[in-house]
Amino acid sequence: MVGPLIPMGVIPEAWDNVFAVMLGMGFGFVLEASGFSSSRKIIGTFFGYDFVVLKVFFTAAITCMLGLLYFSYLGWIDYSMLYIQPTFITSAIVGGVVMGIGFSMGGYCPGTSFAALAIGKLDALTFTGGMFIGVFLFSEAFPIFEKMYNSGNLGGMLVTDSLGISTGLFAFLLVVAAVGMFWGATWVERKVKKVEY
Amino acid sequence: MNKNIKSGSFYLNPYLGGVLLGLVLMSTFYITGRGLGASGAVKSTVVEAVSTVAPAHAVNSNYYGKFLSDDKHPMNTWLVFEVIGVLSGAFLSGLLFNRLKFKVEHSPKITSKRRILFALSGGLLFGIGSQLAKGCTSGAALSGMGVLALGGFITMMAIFGTAFIFAWVFKKNWI
Repeated sequence: MVGPLIPMGVIPEAWDNVFAVMLGMGFGFVLEASGFSSSRKIIGTFFGYDFVVLKVFFTAAITCMLGLLYFSYLGWIDYSMLYIQPTFITSAIVGGVVMGIGFSMGGYCPGTSFAALAIGKLDALTFTGGMFIGVFLFSEAFPIFEKMYNSGNLGGMLVTDSLGISTGLFAFLLVVAAVGMFWGATWVERKVKKVEY
Repeated sequence: MNKNIKSGSFYLNPYLGGVLLGLVLMSTFYITGRGLGASGAVKSTVVEAVSTVAPAHAVNSNYYGKFLSDDKHPMNTWLVFEVIGVLSGAFLSGLLFNRLKFKVEHSPKITSKRRILFALSGGLLFGIGSQLAKGCTSGAALSGMGVLALGGFITMMAIFGTAFIFAWVFKKNWI
């Protein structure tokens, strides 16, 4: 069964939303069970008292990246059928900076705020409310952002194309960098005073 | 471990959590051809609400208009179903590990009201930023990195780099 299964027609399109709920459940369960339903645990990454976000996030990205590369190598998935989000360089950076400020103020990102909301965090409820307001304001003020929104379109570019190195080398370097970060994070965690939350 | 579960302080080992999250993300790509997301569901809901209340305004807008088409209802998008799953999955985990409780979590140095206001403002900025970057930490950064998309790495660095600096600006809110 060569994937992606639904775009290839192996699984009928009608199942798309059923898988959406099931995969979403897995996503939500792992987020909550890893501690992403606590804003103070999440923010610990930036003060060095709890690096769970760094560890979970990079381990997840690497697991997915390596898994898909192996599947592609073995011919189990057609990598060209995967959705690669186009890179709009300006808005990716500016949007990221705006999200970063929001992250440091709110302590959640959208996914984690849903996980926290589900277990009864009222601050996550207002965070979610804020997101709706933010999306609405952006949409209404779109003419102001439009030029930036559309500028610097590099298309569905891969990081390996832009760096000009092979996929295997990049994957290897990313794994080495992550292991180094995890090692450093654990070292910092031991040095930094514990925060009770 | 049993004691931790009773007190609600049991969490998965972060590397195990990371591998499981990575497998969920990889399965999502293997089955559907695209990644996970979160902010997109908020966008679909806003588009749906606006097009119900003010249909002409939505059709004429350069932004809402992008997500409206005759055959497809904006609410009927994949991410809305996925977020319904996220909410129920997180609820199940909270139930299993004894963390279901209404509360406002904040540093002892600040009031609940201040925490609520900061959470609201943070959400608002995330709402704006995620539209600009065409995705949030899940949809743009994590899913993007999982398929080696350049934008995923850029957005990830912009989010975490900025948050690292500004977390210290708002230090009192956290520790």
